[in-house]
Amino acid sequence: MRNIAVSEIGKYVETLLVEACCELPKRVEEALIKALNTERGEHAQDVLEQIIENAHLAWEMKRPICQDTGMAVVFLEVGQDVHFTGGDLTAAVNDGVRRAYTQNYLRRSVLDPLTRQNTHDNAPAVLHVSIEPGARVRIRVAPKGFGCENTSALKMLPPSAGIEGIKDFVVETVKNAGSNACPPLVIGVGIGGTMEKAAILAKRELLRPLTRPAESEQTEKLERELLERINALGIGPMGLGGDTTALAVLVATHPTHIAGLPVAVNIQCHAARHKEWTL
Amino acid sequence: MNEQKPPIRLNVPFDKEAPKKLRAGERVLLSGEIYTARDAAHKRITESLRQGGRPPFPLQDACIYYTGPCPAAPGEIIGPCGPTTSGRMDAYTPQLLARGLTGMIGKGKRSQAVKHEIKQRGAVYFAITGGVALLVAQHVLKCELVAFKDLGPEAVYKLTVNELPVIVAVDAAGKDVYER
Repeated sequence: MRNIAVSEIGKYVETLLVEACCELPKRVEEALIKALNTERGEHAQDVLEQIIENAHLAWEMKRPICQDTGMAVVFLEVGQDVHFTGGDLTAAVNDGVRRAYTQNYLRRSVLDPLTRQNTHDNAPAVLHVSIEPGARVRIRVAPKGFGCENTSALKMLPPSAGIEGIKDFVVETVKNAGSNACPPLVIGVGIGGTMEKAAILAKRELLRPLTRPAESEQTEKLERELLERINALGIGPMGLGGDTTALAVLVATHPTHIAGLPVAVNIQCHAARHKEWTL
Repeated sequence: MNEQKPPIRLNVPFDKEAPKKLRAGERVLLSGEIYTARDAAHKRITESLRQGGRPPFPLQDACIYYTGPCPAAPGEIIGPCGPTTSGRMDAYTPQLLARGLTGMIGKGKRSQAVKHEIKQRGAVYFAITGGVALLVAQHVLKCELVAFKDLGPEAVYKLTVNELPVIVAVDAAGKDVYER
């Protein structure tokens, strides 16, 4: 048994969120530079140069890449031999979110969905907790902006739609997202499980480092084919035309029911921000 | 890389005829005064106009920038302030165009109704790169609160900008850079 104070988790959530808002992952920057070197769109070069320059400014100034510092999505993978002490884990995570956003001049965008009254501290987080073997705690955070989140979609396909049906739905979703989602995009796709399982898989894929290989040969092929089809759409950086509509497509699967084929597509803008730490 | 025309320098508030000469796809450097407004501010302004109220800033020949900045950190004129998705303002925009609004800056496509009004009134819609919020902030020389302080990031600010780099997305002839 390993004791971990919940306040410790809150502190990491706070630090990781602030860093995530200001530091574009290196792998994303590399993918943007690669795109800049090959892009043929009329405005694509300008747009990609601006995005890369802005990311450098953010690193130097320790200020957010984008004014939409998002809603805090937190994944906690908790070892089953961990014992949390010192209070409520969820409250500690939310306290971390509060401190991150109120003490670092980050935008507070979270509000009641019906009254539209802002919580003024960007809490609560969307928290996903899973129990794993061992005694470690892996904390992953993603400040998720809503320009792209709004363009995400989920569909319960009939099994007869098959892999072609999945591909058509993903491509259609990206096409509908168009310029609004701030391409070049990273696209998380969750296939299978139930409705909510597919959605969580898609979100979790967005936290996958771009260099980590796909889960299987089959998903690797799917990722490659989807990326080709999406980049053939010609939407391009910021929707102004070009070869780079997506930097990556990341697919995860889970077994599903004989009667179903849930597919979730979670769209991530070029500010593909996430950070993690393992305790 | 493609050969590009040098950007056009333009002042806001606009000279009457200036927006009509712009063509979709042209690069423009905007200097002068623009007003921030996004979802909640649009809702309040248009509701007030319907009840015979006055807008919080003169709409005639004005330019609105769709943004909700981060709070300014010590030493900053304005916090990071990139554009938000313009399409969410489509429901309100025709009312503002009817009152003299001439320019809009944001990101993403506009509705047919908005494009129709832009054409009718000789207005212009500019696109600015999304998610480059710190770069945009470097072009802001001055930021003054104008209205709706309670809306926080959605309050209306008057920004004095210098050579803000934008692209003509919908021109006064109704041509749209997103339609290819």
